[in-house]
Amino acid sequence: MSYTIIVFVKQVPDTQNITGQAMKPDGTVNRAALPAIFNPEDLNALELALELKERFGAKVVVGTMGPPNAAEVLRDALCRGADEGVLLTDRSFAGADTLATSYALSCCAKKIGKYDLILCGRQAIDGDTAQVGPQLAEKLKLPQISYVEEVKELSKGKIIAKRAIEGGYEVLECPTPALLTVIDANEPRPKAVRRIMKYKKAMTRSELVKFHANANYTDAEALVEEEENLKKRNLFIHEWSATDASADIERVGLKGSPTKVKKIENVVLTATETKAIPPTEQGISNLVHELIVDHTLG
Amino acid sequence: MSKIGNVWVFIEQEGGKIADVSLELVCKGRDLANRLGIKTEAVLLGNKIEGCVETLYHYGCDTVYLAEDDRLEPFTVLPYAKVIIDLVKEHKPNILLFGATMKGRELAPRVASEKLAGLTADCTDLQIDDFEDKVNQKSYKDKLMQIRPAFGGNIIATIVNTWDDPQMVTVREGVMKMDSPDSSRKGKLVRIKPALSKEETVIRVIERIREEKSVDLKGSQIIVAGGYGVGSKNNFKLIYQLAEALGGEVGASRAAVDAGWIDHDHQVGQTGVTVRPKLYIACGISGSIQHRAGMAESKKIIAINNDPDAPIFSVAHYSITGELNDIIPKMIKAYKSKV
Ligand SMILES: Cc1cc2nc3c(=O)[nH]c(=O)nc-3n(C[C@H](O)[C@H](O)[C@H](O)COP(=O)(O)OP(=O)(O)OC[C@H]3O[C@@H](n4cnc5c(N)ncnc54)[C@H](O)[C@@H]3O)c2cc1C
Repeated sequence: MSYTIIVFVKQVPDTQNITGQAMKPDGTVNRAALPAIFNPEDLNALELALELKERFGAKVVVGTMGPPNAAEVLRDALCRGADEGVLLTDRSFAGADTLATSYALSCCAKKIGKYDLILCGRQAIDGDTAQVGPQLAEKLKLPQISYVEEVKELSKGKIIAKRAIEGGYEVLECPTPALLTVIDANEPRPKAVRRIMKYKKAMTRSELVKFHANANYTDAEALVEEEENLKKRNLFIHEWSATDASADIERVGLKGSPTKVKKIENVVLTATETKAIPPTEQGISNLVHELIVDHTLG
Repeated sequence: MSKIGNVWVFIEQEGGKIADVSLELVCKGRDLANRLGIKTEAVLLGNKIEGCVETLYHYGCDTVYLAEDDRLEPFTVLPYAKVIIDLVKEHKPNILLFGATMKGRELAPRVASEKLAGLTADCTDLQIDDFEDKVNQKSYKDKLMQIRPAFGGNIIATIVNTWDDPQMVTVREGVMKMDSPDSSRKGKLVRIKPALSKEETVIRVIERIREEKSVDLKGSQIIVAGGYGVGSKNNFKLIYQLAEALGGEVGASRAAVDAGWIDHDHQVGQTGVTVRPKLYIACGISGSIQHRAGMAESKKIIAINNDPDAPIFSVAHYSITGELNDIIPKMIKAYKSKV
């Protein structure tokens, strides 16, 4: 294994299904009220990492920041071919804007240690900001290539990638370590059946504790042993708190977010005066006539 | 009163041609600057682009900071970010506006991160107002209200940056109106010597292929837009036929773009272009807030949808409830028989 590639992914609410009830009064989303999915372009980033693993040999570490159940996207990634998962979770991370998020992820990357590449999806569908990738690159003082479609070459210390620009593309050469944001230009592989059998049992420490809560374990040593067992079988998902990642508590979550939500308004549709046109030949003909007369159509 | 910094606009150019969105932002920037009693200033980077400067005065810039260097052409993010950060640190602008283009969207976050400033993407409106931060019991005067639709639908959020200036936002093309230039306006040119080190020039452009956009939706007076209700790529031909018959351009909803039926250049809405044509015909488009954000100000809107409760009808001037495969051919026929 010559390279280490970190892929940062996000579990997102399925934004197609949001209603007003899904918003909390402070303007943040009540994620619990929505189905959670693997952010689509993060799957493209993971796919690119797995392709690089096949071509050049690499260890693929997938990281995410989120609530405890965000471990689900890490299991998903393991089933597709990732080697390791890291869940960055802490109450203090809640309410983070993109700046606080990129700071927390930068702490996570530093704790993971040495890496050649960091890949992120271009943007997450719950905000479409595309800001976290570039901000993370800046936090780590890495060069960035945004909107990557394809990696042409990877060697120690150098990457050549093709990326989209407005109305075309560029091929860029960049030293590593570097951060790439990836767009929807590949076909993410499905979970491998063989891997599902194995990795559906992957767990974080909290999940392990929960799992054993019912089994009535009383001594802590048994848990430690279980954890060692999971680690040996590569089924242990790392779970790091803000402290574990040496994150400055003032710079994460709501506290670490310069942007504040002043207000949230429900959109009231300004009822335009609407004329109903019957879907008949006559109705449409009259409409077209009206538009020609008032010079809308010429 | 302590003097606050000015309103800055990052000017995007390609081959010496200024992007429309930058001129739109100069016009909006001037409104904001007038309201605050400060200046509108442009940051223009590239090489051999001095020809752009006059244009920027005409659209309302009081000052143009011009950095010319062969390492700034073509655009790459690291040297651009460095030059802008250096300028921001020196002059402390109050507000910094970027177009939400591919360049703007990779550049602005890099600058914001270094400056520890807030950044709000894809604003659909910008206003000046006071802000009372109840949680931290602080009040702020004359802040930039950064207004954008949020979270998939029924909600508009007003966001404020409470940290260090500048207050940074990105805005999509077409969202702000471009005023006519006034060729009598003059401004001040400030030349910048970019301080670039090896660190910022590590990325090498090996190849660069670019064409001008294939569609000019903003410039079109008639737009026929298709959504997910069109059903297939093949069926999108209908939309093209109607557009061609009426002499218009083809637009699309994001669902249609995502389905691969049409190119993103055609997308109308919060993350596409904003249009204000004389006539907008929405075919098989439900009318999500993100879509409406890009077309609700069209002079006349016709909505064709088989769901009588589709939200698009609430912004339409004419509603046709029914099957688009049936209605569009009738419309083509009716038009051809009249002209
Ligand atoms: C952050 C963010 C940004 C976004 N930006 C944009 C944007 O810029 N632009 C945009 O468009 N969307 C955007 N969206 C997506 C948006 O929320 C909607 O998902 C999208 O606009 C839906 O597209 P649609 O109306 O074509 O599809 P649908 O919502 O699926 O609607 C299809 C419509 O077609 C009708 N229909 C079906 N069959 C027929 C038929 N045979 N005849 C007549 N009518 C028929 C249906 O009744 C329905 O109303 C964004 C979303 C997010 C979260």
